[in-house]
Amino acid sequence: MSQQHLSPLRVPLVSEARTLGQLTEEICAPMERPPTWKWWAAFAIAVSILGTGAGIVAYQVGTGIGVWGLNKTIGWAFDITNFVFWVGIGHAGTLISAILFLFRQKWRTSINRAAEAMTLFAVMCAALFPVIHMGRPWLAFWVLPYPNTRGSLWVNFRSPLLWDVFAISTYFTVSAVFWYVGLIPDLATVRDRVKSGVRKALFKVLSLGWTGSNRTWSRYETVYMLLAGLATPLVLSVHTIVSMDFATSVIPGWHTTIFPPYFVAGAVFSGFAMVLTLMIITRVVLGYEHLITLRHLENMTKVIIVTGGLVSLAYATEFFIAWYSGNPYERFAFMNRAFGPYAWAYWIMVTCNVVSPHLFWFKKVRTSPAAIFVLSLVINVGMWFERFVIIVTSLHRDFLPSSWSMYTPTAVEVGTFIGTFGLFFTLFLLFVRVLPIISIGEVKSVLGFARPEHAQAPAHHPPARPAPVAEQAPAPRGTPPLAIATRKDVPV
Amino acid sequence: MSTPVLIGYFESEAQVLDATRAVRDSGHVLQDVYTPYAVHGLDDAMGLKPSRLTWVCFGGGALGCTVALSLQLYTSVVSWPLNVGGKPFNSFPAFIPVSFELTVLFAALITVGTFLARAKLFPGNRKLALPRVTDDRFAIAVSPRQSPEALEDAEQLLRRHGAVALDLKEVSP
Repeated sequence: MSQQHLSPLRVPLVSEARTLGQLTEEICAPMERPPTWKWWAAFAIAVSILGTGAGIVAYQVGTGIGVWGLNKTIGWAFDITNFVFWVGIGHAGTLISAILFLFRQKWRTSINRAAEAMTLFAVMCAALFPVIHMGRPWLAFWVLPYPNTRGSLWVNFRSPLLWDVFAISTYFTVSAVFWYVGLIPDLATVRDRVKSGVRKALFKVLSLGWTGSNRTWSRYETVYMLLAGLATPLVLSVHTIVSMDFATSVIPGWHTTIFPPYFVAGAVFSGFAMVLTLMIITRVVLGYEHLITLRHLENMTKVIIVTGGLVSLAYATEFFIAWYSGNPYERFAFMNRAFGPYAWAYWIMVTCNVVSPHLFWFKKVRTSPAAIFVLSLVINVGMWFERFVIIVTSLHRDFLPSSWSMYTPTAVEVGTFIGTFGLFFTLFLLFVRVLPIISIGEVKSVLGFARPEHAQAPAHHPPARPAPVAEQAPAPRGTPPLAIATRKDVPV
Repeated sequence: MSTPVLIGYFESEAQVLDATRAVRDSGHVLQDVYTPYAVHGLDDAMGLKPSRLTWVCFGGGALGCTVALSLQLYTSVVSWPLNVGGKPFNSFPAFIPVSFELTVLFAALITVGTFLARAKLFPGNRKLALPRVTDDRFAIAVSPRQSPEALEDAEQLLRRHGAVALDLKEVSP
């Protein structure tokens, strides 16, 4: 029950009345029934793409970086584009789970679990690119500062690429811990529903002996808040450091001070688009329209309007400063971006990132899942092109016209990129099957939000489960009958 | 010597909050309250003090920052100074990003580790949750006062506040 005063301005976060038991049932149902043919079809496609991608990466590692389309002028292209793209996708998960938590935005409860899982999978995809870009990935441990027999020859702590190593690995570790801590109570819920077998044993281990004691809940809340407080600056720092890979160099079009905030805004922008893409599919397939409501989608589109605006402002600022600085190289870099050989990429980026988010000003578009879905894909495409434009157009024509060059990705690069989508969706589909994709404990706490007590889900008789009496206990002393909601009316 | 613990099961947040306050006022010993989600206001009702994990978090962060700065100073200034683009060996501003990341990493891991240790959560834990408290029931565990009619009194109290089921467990201390 809600402890809130009801206000006509407040809209219930769960759009249909549910009892606590019904909610548990609904969220656990997808894990407890055999997968549908749709899931198998999606999984088969994802795994095939993943397998193909893995084969391509194996070929590339075996043959060498020469199979990519890089040349002397353009030493970074598809690899770092995809790296920044995937890291950016990951940021929305942390933003939803940590920043919205600190801002006490209760609507995050339905989407934070899936968004955080998405963060982890996206960071895995991102981390792949720097590693294979090394050409000799088995020596990846050279980036770690460990005492060695070469002198000790240490890593260069002044290099943004090394900052990246620390940022990405810290980000992945903290996100994983944050996600797992959030999962513990739900793992216990699943553990108590499973009767026996491997799943019971597994969830018993994973739930660490959680009993729902309020002394533990109290500490848990503190820890969750602390982790949210740590993850918030962390998420901002990660994309800041990623942007410093470019901003600390001397390439025109790269060495701009606007990069850190511009990259963070872009990351949130693309990340929210990806969360929307996944959530719109998930809510329909699993029948969670009352948990991930139109209001959730609408709120996320509003975030997209804001971050899209920030990104647009950054584009304009970059152009203005390029002109205002009076630096001919800088001016040329930006004119070349808009009207040079890669102009098509630039204008795709502008159409997708600057123009398309403004459709969300219309309530009709904001509340139509189909329209949001299409636009979220458009924004993802646009944000990929943003990274491509920043990286390739700045590099391909630098100070010396004699070293100007063009870049075309090879099939290996395209295949690797598509392969990471296979990895991402394979992991996401597995996650949907084995873990509760909505935070049961957190949604329970907002069930009564803005819902008067008499509008709670009706309790039906007869009881569907035996009264809770432990075997070793003496006979219960005058146990009153239990009122339990029947589970028949729950569409699972 | 085992002590009887009376467990009352409730159906709603509001009832469990009321009952918790009532048990504390009545002089019976409130062992613990078990809930399927974090109930707002229950800490106050139980009289729990705010967690001191925030200090652990601060300590972890300070340790991480110290480790990071020491490592960077040692490797760049003491162990093998390298001239990178004419920058000073102790180029402090360049050390900030890594220091920040390690501050966050240490703070997070140490905080979570301390929490798990303090709450006695570990893999292989044999503790079992009470029936349905991880689903849709709230439970209060009470150790009645040491007197013949205390158990009866505690039962009455829980029932008065809306307990839908009662259970008596023998708990070895």
